[in-house]
Amino acid sequence: MSTLSVAIWRGQESGRYQKFEVPRLASQTVLDVVTFIQRELDPTLAYRYSCRVGMCGSCAMTVNGRARWTCRTHVDSVAQGGRLEISPLRNLPVVRDLVTDMTPFFDKWARARGRFQGGATRRDDFARVAPGSPARMLADAGIECIGCGVCYSSCDVVAWNPDYLGPAALNRAWTLVNDARDTGNRARLAAVAGDAGCHACHTHMSCTERCPKQISPTAAIAGLKRATALAALRGELSDE
Amino acid sequence: MGDERLNVRAQVLLWTAQRASGAVLALCVVVHLVTIIYAVRNGLSAAEVLGRTRASIGWAAFYSVFVLAAAVHAPIGLRSVLSETLNWRGAGLDITVTALALALALWGLRAVYAVFI
Amino acid sequence: MRSDFRARNHPAYWAFVVHRASGVLLALFLPLHFWALGQALRGEAGLESFLRWSEQPLVKFAETVLVLVLAAHLTGGLRLLALEFLAWRDWQKSLLALAAGVALAAGLAFLLNVI
Repeated sequence: MSTLSVAIWRGQESGRYQKFEVPRLASQTVLDVVTFIQRELDPTLAYRYSCRVGMCGSCAMTVNGRARWTCRTHVDSVAQGGRLEISPLRNLPVVRDLVTDMTPFFDKWARARGRFQGGATRRDDFARVAPGSPARMLADAGIECIGCGVCYSSCDVVAWNPDYLGPAALNRAWTLVNDARDTGNRARLAAVAGDAGCHACHTHMSCTERCPKQISPTAAIAGLKRATALAALRGELSDE
Repeated sequence: MGDERLNVRAQVLLWTAQRASGAVLALCVVVHLVTIIYAVRNGLSAAEVLGRTRASIGWAAFYSVFVLAAAVHAPIGLRSVLSETLNWRGAGLDITVTALALALALWGLRAVYAVFI
Repeated sequence: MRSDFRARNHPAYWAFVVHRASGVLLALFLPLHFWALGQALRGEAGLESFLRWSEQPLVKFAETVLVLVLAAHLTGGLRLLALEFLAWRDWQKSLLALAAGVALAAGLAFLLNVI
């Protein structure tokens, strides 16, 4: 039986890689490998997962330098010469081992006003939104995001600029900007504009490259750049 | 955000100015490259160059626009590079970048005067 | 923890590096260029002595590199304007190849006319 040589990050921001030998099996995923290590070799290893079928995004980690969902990453497609290097998601505080603190990620989501703001009440009729309308199609291109953090972890501007809201928060804001029912777009555009917002994006496109749901935050951010520039020129970009 | 930083509208207008000046520069650079290649191809002596350029209001106007566009575009670009590489933000950076813009504009317009007037 | 080069090893990222490096180089070159042209203030002789100096092969080589750097920054910039202002389509990613091609062509045009 062949084995995998797996290096796993142990510790917090400072720590070290610990080596494990894991039996290699057919159709094995990286999550299978981590789970084997925690159950059979070292119960003190901390890691996160939930659905293990590619729906929740909880198992996102850095595998051989790239952020991925470990449940959807087959060992065969990433193990180079029978070796694997597994570490926590980048750009987030490390709680322990492979577990990161997602608080900053979701705080930025809130700062980007990534929450729907409606103007209707239960007494109003349903909103009618044509699925084929241009705005709805733009929104639909981004609404499948499950907040896994892979894009945020892959973004260098997030690493270089601590205030930068990041691709996921901006992508969500764009889906709401295009939502015909939302009434909060004046404030939202102000929230996503500027040096900490969409204008800090340098189109590296690592987010688009890595997104497991094939969303393009780069496209969303480009849309926000256009919308905020127009608002600024019209004097509609208020700071409140 | 601290109050020593530019407000959001100003930040967005900086980005817009950079894109707009970039578009202007794209046109100017194409014209400039074609002109330079033509000049180099046909041999270059100072007398010949200055013979064509001196007292040419059209070219002076063109290159003045070129210089001003560059004086807007380069400093805003450097602002991002400096803030991301040196982790430098706030009034200090903005003043430095404005000083660079003024320096480029002055030096550039001096060169335009030298060649075209 | 920070990403290393493995996370960045893809074409759009290389395009960013080329664009940033070329931009910084041009920003450094521009004051020199303005100074050299300002030599014309000393009359023909001032400019002529500079032009003579620039005829050396090493300077011509540097000028070719400069034109390449300029063309790369220009075409990369046009690619960015397309990505930011035009409706998003998949083929926009191959704008990169187009940009690189045009940049090289410009550099070549300069070189062929200079030697």
